[in-house]
Amino acid sequence: MPHIVKSFDAELAKLEDALSRMGGLAEAQLDAAIRALEKRDSELAARVVSDDAQVDACETFIGEQAIKVLALRAPVANDLRTVVSALKVAGEIERIADLAANGAKRSLVLSQLPALKPMHSVIRLGRLAQEMVKDGLDAYLGRDAERALAVRERDQELDDVYSSLFREILTYMMEDPRTITPCSHLMFIAKNLERIGDHATNISELTYFRVTGAAVTGERPKKDNSSFVGTESE
Amino acid sequence: MFEHTAAAAKMTTRQLAVRYGDKPALKGVDLDIPAGDVTALIGPSGCGKSTFLRCLNRMNDTIAGATVSGKATLDGEQIYGPGGIDPVLLRARVGMVFQRPNPFPKSIYDNVAFGPRLHRLAREGEEMDAVVRSALERAGLWDEVNDRLEEKGTGISGGQQQRLCIARAIAVEPEVILMDEPCSALDPIATARIEELIDELRQSYTIVIVTHSMQQAARVSQFTAFFHLGEIVEVGATEKIFTAPANALTQGYITGRFG
Ligand SMILES: Nc1ncnc2c1ncn2[C@@H]1O[C@H](COP(=O)(O)OP(=O)(O)OP(=O)(O)O)[C@@H](O)[C@H]1O
Ligand SMILES: [Mg+2]
Repeated sequence: MPHIVKSFDAELAKLEDALSRMGGLAEAQLDAAIRALEKRDSELAARVVSDDAQVDACETFIGEQAIKVLALRAPVANDLRTVVSALKVAGEIERIADLAANGAKRSLVLSQLPALKPMHSVIRLGRLAQEMVKDGLDAYLGRDAERALAVRERDQELDDVYSSLFREILTYMMEDPRTITPCSHLMFIAKNLERIGDHATNISELTYFRVTGAAVTGERPKKDNSSFVGTESE
Repeated sequence: MFEHTAAAAKMTTRQLAVRYGDKPALKGVDLDIPAGDVTALIGPSGCGKSTFLRCLNRMNDTIAGATVSGKATLDGEQIYGPGGIDPVLLRARVGMVFQRPNPFPKSIYDNVAFGPRLHRLAREGEEMDAVVRSALERAGLWDEVNDRLEEKGTGISGGQQQRLCIARAIAVEPEVILMDEPCSALDPIATARIEELIDELRQSYTIVIVTHSMQQAARVSQFTAFFHLGEIVEVGATEKIFTAPANALTQGYITGRFG
């Protein structure tokens, strides 16, 4: 149902449009970062790094727009949740794009060094993270709480792939210490992708809150267990 | 998440209905008004908020053609029917403040002393002086008027007049204060003073306030009841109503989508 005051709807639509644009940009950045890594494409990687500023500009705009709506419209109920979650989702998207840009920066170094075998697994991890981000944003913009919960469920899968990747890269480094430099970069890229999954999960939880007015209940999916690697007897 | 839960009910209504002639204005309202809290009544114009408020101290009795049915209680005592609380006593226990400040065209002192005189709560002289002073102090008006208590109550500013009316209402030591849009004629500063006063008064009184300002309802009340077409659609903790109302009509109204 539209507001009686039409300009209120226009202000909220501005916020929604900006989020949609920002989400699209971040998705494109993540996709480009993964492709740059896969194809060892330095030019593309450099572009991802420089385009990060566009995502930041979107976040700034959304922050200003949200504060304006809060100050001038004093939104309540679903409108309030829309504005507050827009602010937070913009923060999550900014982190996603930032992590993608950081990965692109590292892939600039990697493309100067010999190719690494665990790369395939990192790309796979990247595709998984990318799907989560896409579905998470689609659920948010489509106000689809069910779909958001499904995205949140997938975080465990991502964490599992990351944990096994962590071991794979570790083994690789131990076997050939000359690969320690590129492998470290790859490890960081993998960690970035795992964290992108966390941000997609946060977006899903915000979607659920936005739509239902309630916080997601139930255990958050288990985290990756790479922090315990080395503690167990193997 | 929503921490505020209701204390015991100070007043209750069950199937409370009002007709003006043959036109129904309230269609069977059940509401518990928690003691020591502020309950806000919101809803579109004509939905029956003022009618409901007037039922709580039998002010509808004075309106020709108005008929009330159903039950209402104060501390468990019936308000209507044979054996109901005496209306004059009821109005001393359940005071009212109206939309437009309506001081009597008498001195500030006499305005406040009116109720205590009517109900013989204090003797003239020092005792009455103390009652007047205490009521004006609690209404946050004493410092502004103590040097002109003999001046007309109608000669002070609108915000001061409204606080005078609140002083007049609390001078008889009521248990419940009903307020019908008490700030609609006031500027933001005078409004803030009244809101602060409401917050202080709720330590000692149960307050029911009708307001058209969603922000005011959100600011001053702990519970909110949403009226629509003579019925209560939703009632709950104010925090819940304004962040995640359960009913689509409530949401539509408070967010400015209809009404
Ligand atoms: N004295 C009266 N005689 C006849 N009908 C009345 C009288 N007072 C109220 N009504 C009718 O009863 C219904 C409820 O009116 P009421 O004044 O309780 O609404 P309200 O919610 O307080 O509205 P508002 O927000 O405009 O003050 C309306 O349809 C109104 O026209
Ligand atoms: Mg009214």
